[in-house]
Amino acid sequence: MYKIASLFALAVLLAAQGASAQTLKTVKDRGALNCGANGTLAGFGLPDAQGAWTGLDVDFCRAVAAAIFDDPNKVKFVALTAKDRFTALQSGEVDVLARNTTWTSSRDTSLGLNFTGVNYYDGQGFLVRKSLKVNSALELNGASVCVQQGTTTELNLADYFRASKMTLKTVTFATANEAVKAYDAGRCDAYTTDASGLYSERLRLASAGDHIILPEIISKEPLGPAVRHGDDQWFDVVKWVHFAMVNAEELGITQKNVGEMLKSDNPEIKRLLGTEGAFGEQLGLTKDWVVRIVGKVGNYGEIFEKNVGQGSPMKIARGLNGLWNKGGLQYAPPVR
Amino acid sequence: MTMSEGDLAVAKIAFVRDTVIDPRKPPISMTGPWAWLRERLLSTPFNVVMTILVGALLAWVGYELARFLLIDAVWTGVDRDACREEVQQRAIGACWPFVWERLNYFTYGSYPISERWRVDIFFAMLAFGVVWLLSLNAPRRDLGAAYFFIIVPVTSFILLSGWEAIGLRTVDTSLWGGVLVTIVVASVGIVVSLPLGILLALGRRSDMPAVRMASIVFIEFVRGVPLVTVLFMASVMLPLFVPEHLSPDKLVRALVGIALFASAYMAEVVRAGLQSMPKGQYEGAMAVGLGYWQMMRLIILPQALKVTIPNIVNTYIGLFKDTTLVFIVGIFDLLRTIEVSRIDPKWAAPVTSTTGYAVAAIFYLVFCYAMSRYARVTEERLAKSDKR
Repeated sequence: MYKIASLFALAVLLAAQGASAQTLKTVKDRGALNCGANGTLAGFGLPDAQGAWTGLDVDFCRAVAAAIFDDPNKVKFVALTAKDRFTALQSGEVDVLARNTTWTSSRDTSLGLNFTGVNYYDGQGFLVRKSLKVNSALELNGASVCVQQGTTTELNLADYFRASKMTLKTVTFATANEAVKAYDAGRCDAYTTDASGLYSERLRLASAGDHIILPEIISKEPLGPAVRHGDDQWFDVVKWVHFAMVNAEELGITQKNVGEMLKSDNPEIKRLLGTEGAFGEQLGLTKDWVVRIVGKVGNYGEIFEKNVGQGSPMKIARGLNGLWNKGGLQYAPPVR
Repeated sequence: MTMSEGDLAVAKIAFVRDTVIDPRKPPISMTGPWAWLRERLLSTPFNVVMTILVGALLAWVGYELARFLLIDAVWTGVDRDACREEVQQRAIGACWPFVWERLNYFTYGSYPISERWRVDIFFAMLAFGVVWLLSLNAPRRDLGAAYFFIIVPVTSFILLSGWEAIGLRTVDTSLWGGVLVTIVVASVGIVVSLPLGILLALGRRSDMPAVRMASIVFIEFVRGVPLVTVLFMASVMLPLFVPEHLSPDKLVRALVGIALFASAYMAEVVRAGLQSMPKGQYEGAMAVGLGYWQMMRLIILPQALKVTIPNIVNTYIGLFKDTTLVFIVGIFDLLRTIEVSRIDPKWAAPVTSTTGYAVAAIFYLVFCYAMSRYARVTEERLAKSDKR
């Protein structure tokens, strides 16, 4: 009786192991990570002049590849549109979806996704002319606003104006490109989309210096990578790659000094870099997984500044994406 | 020596001319550019007005184009500042340094830089094959056909996707892009659709019910569904039914979709040609004892295809432009690479998008116009036999 029970338990354990270890094993066997990316969003996923992919989401996938293979280039990027991104993840065409996807309850539940964290806190904002002398979105009463048709942006806009008891005149366009052109030509007082988009669209205007982005953010758009339901080990791996990058920034570990940091006496750094404990092995990776991530790709702050921050033409301030102890929202559980 | 000639020479009459007068020039209003102008452009007051209006429109469009593409264009620069009015303090036209920097990306997409010579060889092989096959006085055009339809596809496939055994690194099709993808998709579509379309057209007119029904169902089904839907189904639905490692490559899915789609349209074009053949041609062929395939190959198809050349080329031109739809499947064809590049914040300026689209327009115009010119020349050559 005891024997049968233990055999049964073993079988269940093996089955569970088999199911959960699948994605990591598949990726290792394949020798490359399949990453669903955007391909047409500056700062998040966009091929450069040499055809190499760049962006915050792209570097996140590189970090996952670095943690697994010690080589950030073992990634195959699959360009996905907003329509086919979830199918691609569900069908197994991609292992991880890093395509500026907003974390919402319905996506987390009924679509069968697991969001692994938030790598960019975005939200809808307003772009206005300086000459309008408006310093707050609450002063936009009666303004005409250019907006892209059929998006949540359009709905948020109407909600915000109604809640603030202001009158609104929306001017809608089929594409973001047209909406920006119309705003630039003076057809509306303001243009609205996600704040990260406002920064890159502003560069396209005839005189970029004459426009400001208002401080109000009227919606919550937490963007993050996602994986499929039903593979907890893979979920953990992808989740902790993000946490490791945030922790590395918090502890001052950068791409440059990661070698010296290996000699550090700080117990937190020792645990993170694997000179103490076996936290990487618990994830199914190697002891030096964070050394690989930070050494090959960088910490969270570094990839932020390189892709959307001061190192890029977009020059977005850290804001909500700063570390928790510097006034932002980026907070990672400790490695221990 | 005849009598009359001798008589004339003897009796020299003063008032009879012995040489022919040069014909007088026609009145200036009947020949030359002036006559052409009068007859074609200024024949009635209404036509005078129309000529002036259209002339003004052409001059305006031509000037604006030249102004944007050449006169006000920016030729050198390293980033967006070179193409912005507020920095340069002058009117800005096309931003060519942006195109120049992105030219390799437009041509090869993300194809690994160290392997791009393989793409160059592919372009050269293809161009050589096209010239060999299309120029009428080239030697051994039968060899040319074998080269174009067998050697080029096989070597291109090995060359472009790689074969580790002979030391060519494998290059995943997700890295292909730009003109490379546009040309690959268009040439596969063009090369496959004509033979397949002819077979389908013959099938549709066949006496065998099974063949006829199969052809009709295929043609009507494919023509009844938009290409976008076919591609979208192939990219989104197929992976749900087939395990990941069994589902074909994205580019292959698109190639198959486009080739089948073009074949269905081509079948209808060819069928129109077949139906225009008088019954006597079929009967005559049968009367001299030709079998079905001989009759088709020697008598019917050469005449039917000649009639349909304008329509075939029309289908080709449509197909060439339809290749841009592969972006639905996440493939970076030329238009998509331009679309991606114009978003690059490094070159963000009001004129960047327009410049990118101008490049796309010029590319498609050149290729489609070349196709249409070649078709015209072929048509005229074949029409000579009718005029005899």
